[in-house]
Amino acid sequence: MTSLQFLWFILIGVLFSGFFFLEGFDFGVGMLVKSFAKTSDERDVVIKTIGPHWDGNEVWLITAGGAMFASFPMWYATLFSGFYLVLFLILAALIFRGVSFEFRANMKTDTWRNFWEWASTIGSFCAAFLFGMLFTAMIAGMPIDKNGDMTAHFGDYVNLFSVVGGVAVTVLCLVHGLNFIRLKTTGELRERALSWNKILYPVLFAGEVVFAILLFFSTDFFDKKPMTTTAIVVALVIFTVLAYWGVLGNHEWLSFIGSGLSLISVVVLIFNGLFPRVMIANNPANSLLIKNSSNSPYTLHLMTILTFTILPIVLIYFIWSYWVFYKRLASPKQNA
Amino acid sequence: MLNLGLDILGLARFQFGMTTVFHFFFVPFSIGLAFVVAVMETMYAIKGDEDYKKMAQFWGKMFLYSFAVGVVTGIIQEFQFGMNWSEYSRFMGDIFGAPLAIEALAAFFLESTFIGMWMFTWDRFNKWVHTLFIWLVMFGSSLSALWILAANSFMQNPLGYIINQKTGHVQMVSFGKVVGNPQLWNEFPHVIFGAFVTAAFVIAGCSAWRLLKKDHVGFYRKSLNVALVIGLIFSLGSIASGDLQTRYLINNQPMKFAAMEGLYKNSTNKGEWAAVSGFDTKQHKTTWSVDVPYVLNLLSYHKTTGTVKGMNQVNKDMHAKYDKKFGSDMNYYVPTKTLFWSFRIMAGAGALFALLAIVGLIFNRKRSQLIMKQRWFLYILGLCLWLPFVVNTAGWFVTEFGRYPWIVYGLLTIADAVSPNVSVASLLTTNIVYFAMFAIMGLVMIILCHRTLKAGPDVENTDGYSAGDTKELDPYSKGAFNHD
Repeated sequence: MTSLQFLWFILIGVLFSGFFFLEGFDFGVGMLVKSFAKTSDERDVVIKTIGPHWDGNEVWLITAGGAMFASFPMWYATLFSGFYLVLFLILAALIFRGVSFEFRANMKTDTWRNFWEWASTIGSFCAAFLFGMLFTAMIAGMPIDKNGDMTAHFGDYVNLFSVVGGVAVTVLCLVHGLNFIRLKTTGELRERALSWNKILYPVLFAGEVVFAILLFFSTDFFDKKPMTTTAIVVALVIFTVLAYWGVLGNHEWLSFIGSGLSLISVVVLIFNGLFPRVMIANNPANSLLIKNSSNSPYTLHLMTILTFTILPIVLIYFIWSYWVFYKRLASPKQNA
Repeated sequence: MLNLGLDILGLARFQFGMTTVFHFFFVPFSIGLAFVVAVMETMYAIKGDEDYKKMAQFWGKMFLYSFAVGVVTGIIQEFQFGMNWSEYSRFMGDIFGAPLAIEALAAFFLESTFIGMWMFTWDRFNKWVHTLFIWLVMFGSSLSALWILAANSFMQNPLGYIINQKTGHVQMVSFGKVVGNPQLWNEFPHVIFGAFVTAAFVIAGCSAWRLLKKDHVGFYRKSLNVALVIGLIFSLGSIASGDLQTRYLINNQPMKFAAMEGLYKNSTNKGEWAAVSGFDTKQHKTTWSVDVPYVLNLLSYHKTTGTVKGMNQVNKDMHAKYDKKFGSDMNYYVPTKTLFWSFRIMAGAGALFALLAIVGLIFNRKRSQLIMKQRWFLYILGLCLWLPFVVNTAGWFVTEFGRYPWIVYGLLTIADAVSPNVSVASLLTTNIVYFAMFAIMGLVMIILCHRTLKAGPDVENTDGYSAGDTKELDPYSKGAFNHD
């Protein structure tokens, strides 16, 4: 493994971390459109908290996918063709929730507004759940042949472990979304988000514990890297505790950063466990490795230069755009 | 399992065609609208005329709908290479991944961030800064077209690579050559100009329908004027860049060129050009045609002499060149009828757009009322709002069907590129669901645009981020400090 290959493995991890941190609260807010927000006015406000941002947040996923193609095409090809139906459902979910915000705002009848509100809610739930399920299934190991082609059956990616992983990620996104709403609104919505999280965090803790136990039995993470895996699982729990503390003491930034870092810990856990592989095969001989899945040194070198030139500029205006919309949105007056 | 005579190759190709065509309804529309709206807002910034602001906001709404659909259908495209074409991804990763990643990094972040800024900050920034936002969106979306076309150009005309002897995959040796590919610099202006024409004629068409109803005459005549000026400049630009691109094919993709002109036999020095023809694609013969002398040479070489290779000759040449590697049972003929007619639709429409723009601008002169009297012209203009979408599709038909049987010209066939581990059932399901989703989205798009048009330009813009705010602001928020 060359240092460039190692760097790109890390970079892919960074891009997915950025995606889960940002799109995590997007998904959470999207899920809340129907249940948490009770009136049409409240839904307007809830959607508006992510209005200027959701599109940019989703670009982190597109960039992660593109970067994977540009650095590890063997990984990209195996992962995307292997998890065909899961990715297809993710796409369908992302499409429905993606157009739902713009379409809903322009619907005239309640029936159709209702339709697009459900599209946002269900789409967001499904996307978060399926991403969690996909990555959990991936680390458990998959049937991959010598050519790198994966032929997984339903039971390979839908099982107890992957479903628990999916639920855990979904709940994590949900609390992250609520923490975001606490930061971005005032009044009734802000208080309601706090009280919802008081109930949801104990659920999340339970989910994380079950996930950690199943991780021990379903993956080789604890055998191969007992120290780091344990450390990251502990970090995940600590971040969640911090966020919960932020909920109990009403420290909004602490909660938000805590839930965001919890999501990033999950990504770090996965990438740490994968290393030095990128895809884990049931037959270890067929696992894809960092050293034999990457592009040529020329392309990696080129991509490194371009990325380190462009990404800092992107981050500047990306962060600036959040600064511009720093202002909180007021909850609508009841019965107004 | 059901046996409908379907195979993964056919289904994967259909899916690529369907998703790409649908995606490409919205891409040029969005790029073009961003440009036209940017021009309108710039005129507002310069002249201070509120009408132009209203125009930018009004047509900007359609831009936002189109952009949303364009974005979500674009994700399918990125995932599709890995999902349906894993062998292609492995073969091409070293070349194809880079432009795709740069596209996301340099272009998508730019457009998505600044479209959010543009949408929600009408009342918050000074008009020049706000105008800059839409220009950045326009710049970002054009940049994304550039990078994806860089990837496509390699597939049409591979440059700057070697074949890795160990893996058999392509490997980049010169990024400069990949980006400097002449195919790209012929293709890119044509696509961008086509996008501007698309938006211009949709706006012109919508305005024409409203003018027929005598609705907001001043507003729509002004919109029409901006649209037609842009339409005229860039339809001429499209024709010129299309000409460059076509002539580049004579040597680089002779089969595509011959099929576009419906030539089975080599042309004679007289350069007879078939305006229309019938084909027997099984026997590789032209059955009938209406010929015009010299035009073929004028089109191909800009002079009256010269000859062009016909498909039969090219087929022989290709067999001589590639049989050693790909075997002798390859079929190098491309779908002739599709290319021949698509090319004629595209070229004919290009000329029609230029003509309509000229006539429209004459009718729509400031002090003249001709535009309101010549109702037939408004009807034609109104109907032509659908034409750009047909033409864009025809353009891609020529480019992509003309590449057959290659996915990467001369290096990899389409049949060798498909994912071997994806089942017919999966592909059939996804095809059906995508189709249904596209139908819903397409329908909603049309309904929304129609409704926006009917509601008219006077509807207040409600997309302000501060809309719905009450006075109870959080003491920690920034806005609280300038609040009394």
